[in-house]
Amino acid sequence: MQEFPGLIWDPRLWQIVGLSLQVSLAAVAIASLIGLPLGAAIAVGRFPGRRSLTVILNALMGLPPVVVGLLVYLLLSRAGPLGSLGLLFTPRAMVVAQTLLILPIIAALSRQAVEDAWREYEEQLRSLGAHGLGAALTILWDIRFSLLTVVLAGLGRAAAEVGAVMIVGGNIDGVTRVMTTAIALETSKGDLPLALGLGVVLIAIVLALNAGAFLVKEAAQRRSG
Amino acid sequence: MGITPALAAAFITVASTTSTEQSGLFKHLLPLFEKHSGISVRVVALGTGQALDMGKRGDADVVFVHAKPLEEKFVAEGYGVQRFEVMYNDFVLVGPKADPAKVSGTKDIVAALLKIKAAAVPFASRGDNSGTHFAEVSVWKAAGVDIAKDQQSWYRETGAGMGPTLNTASAMNAYALTDRGTWLSFRNRGELTIVVEGDKRLFNQYGVMLVNPSRHAHVKQEAGRRFIDWLVSQEGQMAISSFKINGQQAFFANAR
Repeated sequence: MQEFPGLIWDPRLWQIVGLSLQVSLAAVAIASLIGLPLGAAIAVGRFPGRRSLTVILNALMGLPPVVVGLLVYLLLSRAGPLGSLGLLFTPRAMVVAQTLLILPIIAALSRQAVEDAWREYEEQLRSLGAHGLGAALTILWDIRFSLLTVVLAGLGRAAAEVGAVMIVGGNIDGVTRVMTTAIALETSKGDLPLALGLGVVLIAIVLALNAGAFLVKEAAQRRSG
Repeated sequence: MGITPALAAAFITVASTTSTEQSGLFKHLLPLFEKHSGISVRVVALGTGQALDMGKRGDADVVFVHAKPLEEKFVAEGYGVQRFEVMYNDFVLVGPKADPAKVSGTKDIVAALLKIKAAAVPFASRGDNSGTHFAEVSVWKAAGVDIAKDQQSWYRETGAGMGPTLNTASAMNAYALTDRGTWLSFRNRGELTIVVEGDKRLFNQYGVMLVNPSRHAHVKQEAGRRFIDWLVSQEGQMAISSFKINGQQAFFANAR
């Protein structure tokens, strides 16, 4: 790649940026689809082991990416149980690893948000005859703007993460190289200015995503009063 | 590109070393091979130990590394089909220009390491089972030092790739053993310079092997064989020798 800032015109940079976004957004979408209802169910449900589950979920927010990467690697390796799928060193493997990494974050944070709201509205919802899953979904919809922050926390973690995607993606040029692994590579080469330049681009993209989400949220909030 | 793999595109996965990837050799070679064969090559760059392990697990079709005894073991144990020598370069000892252990001016790597040990000045080791780490430990052994047992505070294992180890050495003005290819393309040298080179014991041979398809049926043996055949062909050998970093030849083709 060229020197920074000339590299921002380099199409290969934008291919890497595009892949970073595809992988992280796909992971966030899957983790949200599972994590938001899961968090709400734990918040609203009353079942044995609920408190232990909450503690475990909170602890899993601190999962080291390199451990997740290693587990997914062993799972997807040809010598592993899912080896025949041939997913190792593909963007899909990276999505799997990042989904596992951010699922606990989205589930744990949404559990907390839903639980707080549930405490406030429980009687009201019960008087309307809502309970169980119905109540959980009603609350999820009701606090959807707060949940945006939960989803963004997951996205931030996914986009910034290098340990897991390096192991399961392999940092293959043009196939699985994303922003963070490209930064790690340029740092290894001792090209610190280029590594830093790529870092600036990554931060700018994450900032733009957050600004966009913030604006959408404001507009939607205004419309729904 | 993206989430869906390109349809029907023929590709092979090659487990190789950071020295070949980071020096830019593959960027030079692979387009030539792709043009010749229509097969694209996906390189995963790791230390030699890890790259061989990837081959053992069947996660690569071809392994292209630099630690002859380990490669021969890999083939002898049936993980690889046959080993072909491809090219060589050499390891060099780099260290601070001030040279606190006074090692420059000799070609004798063993004498140099003993001086570093006697002066107890910082030495950064890969410590990661890579080919370069393997070579370093062998030279210590030639000096009569069992470095794994005889470690003191001046000997620092980074447990990282060649680039990160050179970054560390550069930051603490330590000595380090590096392959020449990585050194030539490394840009954060700081005060570091080559202090010892040219010892026969610093010879660095690269070999290539097809992962054994009888152990891993999914190995793309035909495409993998074509890649190996090309590397040792006249065309491949000329491509290797014509690769230069800042005007200097980085690898010397020596297939038989």
